[in-house]
Formats: sequence, structure tokens, C-alpha cells
Amino acid sequence: MDKMPKWADVILIPLISVILALLVSGLVVLYIGESPVEAMQIMVRGAMGSAYGWGYTLFYATNFIFTGLAVAVAFHARMFNIGGEGQAALGGLGVAIVCLSVPWPHWSLALLVACGAAAIFGAAWAAIPAYLQAKRGSHIVITTIMFNFIASALLVYLLVNVFRVPGSMAPETARFADAVHLPNAADIAPWLGFRSSTPLNISFLLALLACFLVWMLIWRTRLGYEIRAFGHSETAAVYAGINPVRIIMIAMLISGGLAGLMATNSVMGEAERLVIDNVQGAGFVGIAVALMGRSHPVGVFLAAILFGVLYQGGAELEFEMPAVSREMIVVIQALVILFTGALDNMVRMPMEKLFLSLRRRDRADSPAE
Amino acid sequence: MSLMKSLLGAAAATALSVTAVLADGPALVFDLGGKFDRSFNEAAFNGAQRWAEETGGEYREIELQSDAQREQALRRLAEAGSNPVVMAGFAFGSVLDTIAPDYPETTFVIIDSVVDQPNVQSIIFQEHEGSFLVGMLAGMASETGVVGFVGGMDIPLISRFGCGYAQGVVAANPDATVIANMTGTTPAAWNDPVRGGELTRGQIAQGADVVYAAAGGTGVGVLQTAADEGILSIGVDSNQNGIHPGQVLTSMLKRVDVAVYNAFTAGDEIETGVTVLGLAEDGVGYALDENNAELITPEMQEAVDAAREQIIAGEIVVHNFSDDGTCPVAMQ
Repeated sequence: MDKMPKWADVILIPLISVILALLVSGLVVLYIGESPVEAMQIMVRGAMGSAYGWGYTLFYATNFIFTGLAVAVAFHARMFNIGGEGQAALGGLGVAIVCLSVPWPHWSLALLVACGAAAIFGAAWAAIPAYLQAKRGSHIVITTIMFNFIASALLVYLLVNVFRVPGSMAPETARFADAVHLPNAADIAPWLGFRSSTPLNISFLLALLACFLVWMLIWRTRLGYEIRAFGHSETAAVYAGINPVRIIMIAMLISGGLAGLMATNSVMGEAERLVIDNVQGAGFVGIAVALMGRSHPVGVFLAAILFGVLYQGGAELEFEMPAVSREMIVVIQALVILFTGALDNMVRMPMEKLFLSLRRRDRADSPAE
Repeated sequence: MSLMKSLLGAAAATALSVTAVLADGPALVFDLGGKFDRSFNEAAFNGAQRWAEETGGEYREIELQSDAQREQALRRLAEAGSNPVVMAGFAFGSVLDTIAPDYPETTFVIIDSVVDQPNVQSIIFQEHEGSFLVGMLAGMASETGVVGFVGGMDIPLISRFGCGYAQGVVAANPDATVIANMTGTTPAAWNDPVRGGELTRGQIAQGADVVYAAAGGTGVGVLQTAADEGILSIGVDSNQNGIHPGQVLTSMLKRVDVAVYNAFTAGDEIETGVTVLGLAEDGVGYALDENNAELITPEMQEAVDAAREQIIAGEIVVHNFSDDGTCPVAMQ
């Protein structure tokens, strides 16, 4: 066996990459004349030092879990779904329609139907690029990213012309009724010190459930096996009797549905109305999350928490250290993506060598049998 | 359960930190378009700066990057103990309406929108009155008899600028034509100077020789194009005469800076309710300085100042678009 242990693959390498990224970010902070140590402290304290910080960190993480899983599922079928942004935006539309059109008696019922609508809208938005890829060979990267723009334009049109509250100048829907207000962390676990204003809500549990279900799907079902087989080698999969059109369609529909589900958190759980950019780039962060989490639900979960920390910590950093601008936060996030995604092999190769040599030494040390 | 432990510890830490910083100063949230848009947000910034320089006090500020951040920004400032929290922009209205009751100790000030909560001061400006004055100047300065208007986001607030402007133009030159364009339908329209420039070029092609920009950061593109093409432009909110000296006819001043300055100065004592700032309160007006002194003839100045007095006295009534959603003067 010349492979690394699994824990090194899933945890150690991403961790080293993140540390490298943070070191480089520290240099950038130093360059603009602030103390990197202090900046780091502010970020960590802002994201994890209070119930307020945790509320936002886990709220963002919930978004990233959904979009990260979406990208991960597509990755297993060797599909690069970078349309999470648009699919999540459409999911938001589904949630808004469900919440606004029916006078729901209880939030649980509304959440159930809203989940369905979010997933269906997200999946529908992924279906067209998937079909074009499966039947016409149009590259999924190109079509999904184009669909992001179409989704954004569609949403702007609907919010400005259809859903806008008469008399209001802001392009947003009316607020959802109180009955569909999702229980937030303060309602569920008040002993943890969350305030009633925390955005963290029950969708977080939904995201955990989604992690488990994706794991079940990919590693414990026949369909998951087919998706992985197709991803590893299309020709071999076809030879084994797997229908590529079917796998592409199903993988992308699941992927789009997961991205759409993000809206239960951001639209129904937090904003309680649909605004123009409710996704806030989570669709793209999902790519980094899936890359970093190596497309495994546990990895996606951990990476999503990390990016939640970066997002919330970044907002705090901007707030506490005015010299560090919003763009600076994007630089730090970009460095993390660069090191965990693009420069992955830079860390991976030496680590593999290291483990290999350790193992050889082990073997040499053990008495010959 | 280390997570649980850290969460509990964190809760205690928040409780401590909140009481510790209660005596914090005021805060300002800028809307999309950016702090240095040389227009609306920058006017707010200037007001805050003036307060900081005069009193030596410090204030917190947040620059928004997207619509979805509004709630977190306001909550963050309120939780940090800032008071009053001033926000520049109507788009905060719906968010403020829901979060204001959560922070009864904090006073919020919203500019350009009315929010009916006991701890909110709403400041609105009579932009149609100021726009009427610059419209008159445009009507008198135009040689072709065609003047343009470039709005930011297509909302009643901006139509209020456009309609007041058109009434002023027609008052000065009954035969004049007003061409009006809006940049977009979303808040992104506040920061799209390229599109602003394109619209200006289109209006110039239709014969316009004075263009009024009421579009926040987009206006920078309008003024630039107008200067490049050799026609006159009219700035908005801040005094933008100096951006292209001698080529900006005037600016419709909307004293957002005064509103912010007053709110900051009042501090904890700030009053709530609705404040309306018009010509009489010097909340709106037109800018005259060394950059446009040669463009405004004494006759023009005399006519406009007379109109200003008449509006204040109620002898001229400038129709407010927001009252009924219609404008008595047709715009193309």
C-alpha cells in the first residue's frame, strides 16, 4: 500500500493548506501595516468567541454545506457544477412562492413544502444544462455559469415587476407571515446563550441530515455506485451497462436540488423575504468547500464550518480594523481556495512521500518474519 | 463537550462585552454605491467627518457590499452599542422596521424613507424643490431646447427628482423637451458609471446639451461623458461642480451631510419621528461656487433665487411625484 491513511487525506492536508494560506494572508495584513496576530485574534474571536459569532458562523456554514454538497455530488459524476449560485437563487424563488401563496398553519408544514419547492426549482435550473451536456455535449461549466446570469436576470425581473410590494421602492418580496417563521437557535437551544436575533435556525439540522443522506447515496446505494463508476471512467461505466445520460441527469438534478435547498436557510430562516442577492456568493464558495472537503460529506461539513468562520470572522475584522477593507477579506478567502484547490498537490506530494518513507522505516524496523 | 463549553463561555463573554461598550459613539452605514461615490454616500461621509473633526469624536462605519448584508450590519452596530445608528438609503426601510423593536435603547436614523417605529428618526428631503431650481438653470442654459435626465434606480424617489427637474425646465423655457432615462431597476444602478455614460451619449445624440444625473455613483460617468462631449451636466447630492470645473452647470444639493451631522451631534438626545428637509430648511438647493461662476449669469441666478423664495412662500407649488405617481410635465 503506497497510499496515505484516510485521515491524512481528508483532514491533515487541508489543514496544512489552510495554515499556509493564513501565513500568506498574514504577510498581506503585515504589508498594509496591521498586526497579523491581532487580525487573526479578531477573526477567531469574532467568529467563535461569542454566541452571536457562532450564530452567524453556523448560519453561513449551513449555506456552504448545501452548496458544497451540491458541487460534491456532481463531482462524483465528474460534472463541474458551478451553477450553484443560480440554482440557489431559484431555490429562493421556490421558497418565496410557497411561503407567500399559502396561509400556512404551522412552520413545520411550510418548511416541508418549501424544501420540496426549493429542491425542485434548483433541480429544474440544473436540468437544462444537464440535458444539454448529456444529449448535446455542451460543456457543463459553460452552461451552468451562463445560467447563473440568466437566474440573476430572471430574479431581478420578477422582484421588480411581479413580487415587489406596491408602494415599496426596494425590489424585494413582502415579508413572510409569522406562522412560517422557522425556530432559530434561541428557540431550540436557549441555554447556549443565543439571542432571539440570531440567524442560525433549524435549517442547520436540515444541512446535517443532507450530509448524512448524501453519504448514504454515494457510498451505500446502487445509484451512488453508478455515479462514482461513471465519474471514474465513462467508458468502463458504459461497458458495465450504465446509461451516461441517465447518470448525468440524475447527478445534476440532485446537485441542483441541494443547491436550491440552501434557500430554506437564507430566505426562509433568515431574511424571511426574497431579496435580489440572497445567495451572496455561497454558490461559488460551495466549489471551494467541495474541493477542500474532497467531495466527502464529512469533509464538506468541516470545510463549510471553516468558510463560515472566514466569512463571519472577516466581517468582524472589517468592522474592528477599518484599515482592512472588504476586499482584503476576499483576498484571504481566495488564498485559502488557491492553496486548498489549485495548489493541492504542492502539499500532497511531499506529504505522500513523507508517509511513504515513514512506512518504509516502519517496515525496516520491524523484525523480518 | 468542548463545543458546548466554548459556546457557554462565549455567551458569558458577549454579555460582558455588550455592557462594556454601551457608551460607544454614533455609527453610519453606507448604501450600495460605495462610500466614495462623490454623491449620496459621500455626502453622508462628509457629514460624519465634519462631526468627527469638530468634536474629536469617533464613529463606526460599515460599507455594504450586497442587499443581504443590511440586517447583519445594523444588528452588529446596535449590539456594539453605537447610538445613534444612521443609515443612508431607503433600502434599509423594511429591515429597519423589523429590527428596531429588538433594540429599544438604540435610536436609528434613516435617510430617504419613513419607518414608523418609536426609536426611529426618518429624514426625507424635498428633492423635487431643489430639482426644480436646477431644472430652471438647465432650461435657461440650454441652447438646443433639449435637456436630459439620467436617473439611477427606477423608483418613485428618483422620479421625484426627474419630475421636479422637468417642471423647472418648462418653467424657464415652455418649449423645452426633457429626455429621461433610468439606469436600472436594482440597487446596482447606483454604481454603474459606464451605463450612465452610454445613456448620456444617447441623450446627446437626441440633441440634449444639459444633462442632470440623479444616480449616485453612476453620475460620475454621466458627468465625465458630458465633459468629454462638451455639453453641460448637473451633479447631485454633493457639490459636484469641481469634478469638471467649468463644465458642470451646477449641482442639486441634497444636504445628506447636514442630516448626518445633526444626527451625530444630537447623539443620545436625538429626537424620533419624521423630519422633512426642503428649500426652507436649506435641506436642498443648488450649488454656486468658483467652478461654475462663469456658467451662471446674474440673470439666471436672479431668476432662480426668486423662484426659491416663491417656493418657500408657497407661491410656486412644485408637484411631488411621490404624491400621486404622476408628473404634470411629459418626459421622453
